[in-house]
Amino acid sequence: MSEHETNHETSQKLSLPTYVYAYIACLAISTIGYLLVQHHAASKWTLITSVVALAMVQFGIQLRYFLHLGHEAKPRWKVIVFWLMLLVVIILVFGSIWIMNNLDQRMTPTQMNDYLRHQDSL
Amino acid sequence: MSTVTETTMSHHEIEEAHNTEKTVFGFWVYLMTDCVLFAALFATFAVLRNNTFGGPSGQEIFKLPYVLIETIVLLTSSFTCGLAMISMQQRKREQMLRWLTATFALGLVFLGLELSEFHHLIVEGNSWRRSGFLSSYFTLVGTHGLHITVGLLWLIVLAAKVRKGGLNSTNVKRLTLFSLFWHFLDVVWIFIFTIVYLMGVIPA
Repeated sequence: MSEHETNHETSQKLSLPTYVYAYIACLAISTIGYLLVQHHAASKWTLITSVVALAMVQFGIQLRYFLHLGHEAKPRWKVIVFWLMLLVVIILVFGSIWIMNNLDQRMTPTQMNDYLRHQDSL
Repeated sequence: MSTVTETTMSHHEIEEAHNTEKTVFGFWVYLMTDCVLFAALFATFAVLRNNTFGGPSGQEIFKLPYVLIETIVLLTSSFTCGLAMISMQQRKREQMLRWLTATFALGLVFLGLELSEFHHLIVEGNSWRRSGFLSSYFTLVGTHGLHITVGLLWLIVLAAKVRKGGLNSTNVKRLTLFSLFWHFLDVVWIFIFTIVYLMGVIPA
C-alpha cells in the first residue's frame, strides 16, 4: 500500500539524459580549469578570469539541472529567494574585501605606531 | 479502506502535494541562508589569503591533482544522488537504494580524502594555528566537510527509513530534501575548488 500511495511528488519529470549531459559538462569544466592552472596556460589575470568564468558556467549548469531552479510554476518564490541571497552574498563578499583592503592600505604599521604614540601623549 | 472514492483520493493527494511543496520551499530558504554563511567564510578567506605570517602560501601546500580527484568524487556523488531521484520517481526502490549507496560511498571517500589532506597539513606544522590564511582555509573547507558529514549521517537514517516504510509520501519528501542538500554542497564546492585551490595556486 505504502509503495503506491503517492505519485505526485515533484511537478517536473526528471530525465536521465539531462543528468548525464550536465554531469559530463561539469566534469569537463572542472578538468579544463585544472589543466589551465596546472600548466600555467596564460598570464595571471587571464587565468583568474577564465577560472572564474568556468565556475560561473558550472554554477549555472548545476543550479538549472541538479537543483532544478526555475522549473517551478509561477509565482517563482525559489527564484526570488535565490536572487535575494545572491544580492546579500555579493554585498557581503565584495564589501568585506573592499573595506578590509582599504583599511589595510590606510593603517600601515608606521601610521599605526604614530597614531598610538599620539594617543599616549594626550 | 479500499472503498475510498477517486475524488477524495485526488483531493487528499492535492493537499499532500501542496504540503510537500511548502516543505521543499522552506528547505530551499534554509539552503539560501546557508549560502550566506558560506559567503561570510569566503569573504574571510579572501581577506586573509595573503596573511601567511611567514608560513606557507596556498601555492606551496595545495596539490592540485589531489584536489581534482576530490572534486570529481564529489561531483560523481552528486550525480548518483540525481540518479537515485530518477529511480525514486520511477518507483524503483531497490535501484534507488543502490544509487544512494553509491552516493554514500563516494561521499565517504571524499570525506576521507579531505581529512587525509588536513592530516598532512597538520603533521607538517601547517595547522590552523600557523597563520591567518590557514585559519580561514581550515574554517571554510572544514565547514563544508562538516556539512558533508551531516549529509552522510542523514543518508544512513534515510536509507533505514526507506527500507522500513518504502516510498511513501513522507519518505519521498525526505529524499527530495536530501537531494537538494547534497546538490547544494557540490555547488559550494565549485567555489571552494575555484577560489581556494585554483586561484590559490596561480602564481602572483
